[in-house]
Amino acid sequence: MNALFLAFSYLRFHWARSLVLVLVAALIMFVPVATQTLLSTSERALVARGEATPLLLGSRGSQLDLTMAALYFSQERPEPVAMREVEAIWDSALGIPIPLHTAFSSGGFRIVGTTLDYFDFRDLALASGRGLSVLGDAVIGSEVAAILGRGVGDTLVSAPENLFDLDGVYPLEMPIVGVLAPTNTPDDQAIFVDIKTAWVIQGIGHGHEDVVTAADVAAGTAALANAAVVQYQRITQSNIDSFHFHGNQDDFPASAVIVVPNDTRSSTILKGRYLDGESPTQLLEPGSVIQGLVDRIFRIKSLLDVVTAIIAIAAVCALGLAVFLSYRLRAREISTAVKLGAQKRIVLRLLAAETVTLLLVSGCIAGAGAAIVSRNADTWVGWLLSLGA
Amino acid sequence: MVRIENLTFGYTSGGFRLRVPEFSLDDRERVAVVGPSGSGKTTLLNLIAGILTPETGRIDVAGAHVSGLSDAERRKFRASQIGFVFQDFALLDYLSARQNIFYPYRITPALTLDAAVRARAETLASACGIGDKLDRHPSALSQGEQQRVAICRALITQPKLILSDEATGNLDPDSKARILDLLFEQASEAGAAVLAVTHDHELLPRFQRVLDFAQFRQQGAP
Repeated sequence: MNALFLAFSYLRFHWARSLVLVLVAALIMFVPVATQTLLSTSERALVARGEATPLLLGSRGSQLDLTMAALYFSQERPEPVAMREVEAIWDSALGIPIPLHTAFSSGGFRIVGTTLDYFDFRDLALASGRGLSVLGDAVIGSEVAAILGRGVGDTLVSAPENLFDLDGVYPLEMPIVGVLAPTNTPDDQAIFVDIKTAWVIQGIGHGHEDVVTAADVAAGTAALANAAVVQYQRITQSNIDSFHFHGNQDDFPASAVIVVPNDTRSSTILKGRYLDGESPTQLLEPGSVIQGLVDRIFRIKSLLDVVTAIIAIAAVCALGLAVFLSYRLRAREISTAVKLGAQKRIVLRLLAAETVTLLLVSGCIAGAGAAIVSRNADTWVGWLLSLGA
Repeated sequence: MVRIENLTFGYTSGGFRLRVPEFSLDDRERVAVVGPSGSGKTTLLNLIAGILTPETGRIDVAGAHVSGLSDAERRKFRASQIGFVFQDFALLDYLSARQNIFYPYRITPALTLDAAVRARAETLASACGIGDKLDRHPSALSQGEQQRVAICRALITQPKLILSDEATGNLDPDSKARILDLLFEQASEAGAAVLAVTHDHELLPRFQRVLDFAQFRQQGAP
């Protein structure tokens, strides 16, 4: 008790030195634990999302880009597939296709055009509002709502692709009709719209004033459409009927298509159909792609572990030296204690108490930090994964 | 109080050798030890305190055969029977004056820091003129005040013998006499003998006896 009192007094009096030692020791303990926790959670989150998505259909090209765009709504923009591929899956009756259109964003978050099947497939629940029902509606993830500070009744405007391209995609103002409950997945950071709304953003569909009025028809006046015709930037009850699409819907684009096969047999048949290397589309298992990515990351991690271990050893040596120097600084005190009659074990206890107190305080800080990381790992990993998106 | 017979001592590094055929210090006696640097004055104090052990001879202090005790026993004996006052005060910078006085109790499990000790510390500090400065750290005290704290620390365990090694060496001339008088006064109240190494010949009249260590050593030398 006396040794602890003296150690505590010493550390408190030399608080700056003690603080540095405590922080260094805490970091030495905290960093490996926190890194390991975050990596484990990342691996689990990545693999879980991949394994929860049975098959993914998209244009032939980088499997990783396609997977990242479809599962994590990353900035990769794989070549789109035509909607006829979706129809082909429906026609095969081997599974349910869920198209995803992830080309646009708003407020830094990806706009995901999809169908209502996606919400059932991902088991997404609404925290407030309602689901998508009308062209132009938007349902936002929990983090989008939190970060943008928006909710049901507010609106979002899609970001233009290119500010200097006056002939390009016009922004569309979308009312927020629902906010999803948090899931700690990339869905928290997405803005969901019907895929047709995504096509409107892309300019494939649009709404505008009537070019030919009833008076024009009665008068037999020739109709002339030009830039003066007002295009609607928001879909409302009054103008929704004017929205229409140009071209064949089979040709409309989707970034990727999640395919949920009926059973293993259906899955095998579907995979067989897309084995042709000449086909412009590919069907892949996201779980395998993600596992490959994770294996690669963890191969790098093993190298990082070695580097971390070397740094940790160097840090421990530096800390040991600091503690040793601290002992040297207390040599006079030890000499006094011996002259005053302190037993050897008491002298050892005096020195040990300082080190033990330092390590205990450091351990508590590191433990508290590790607990915070552990408790928030899912959220932070979701955020970290979204940074790369 | 102290009795030495046929003492010889040498450091393992060689060179210096100390021989003391006979020396004694009575109870409550105040003896000064003088002599040139390197003559072995501090070594003698360390031998009496049991910090060093003699090669031959016998040292008895307060009825205990110090040179025959084990290391642990000598430490225990030192903690309970001897008070040390050092030239550099040897106070701990991280403890207040009060806690410096209590220090022997912090490092000796056999001593209990109870209410009586705390009250004694207050009394001692007041008698030494630092009663209102007990919560200050050494860096906030003058050198004279620091030595007063060191005297309180030496006396708090109520030792039978005070060993003073150049206790006034770092003080100004005015403070020297005051501090020495204070040490004698408190030692007298505690019933302790004082053996003090000093280079200051102006202080010698204040001692009951002066031991010229150079002569003493010559006498003991072969």
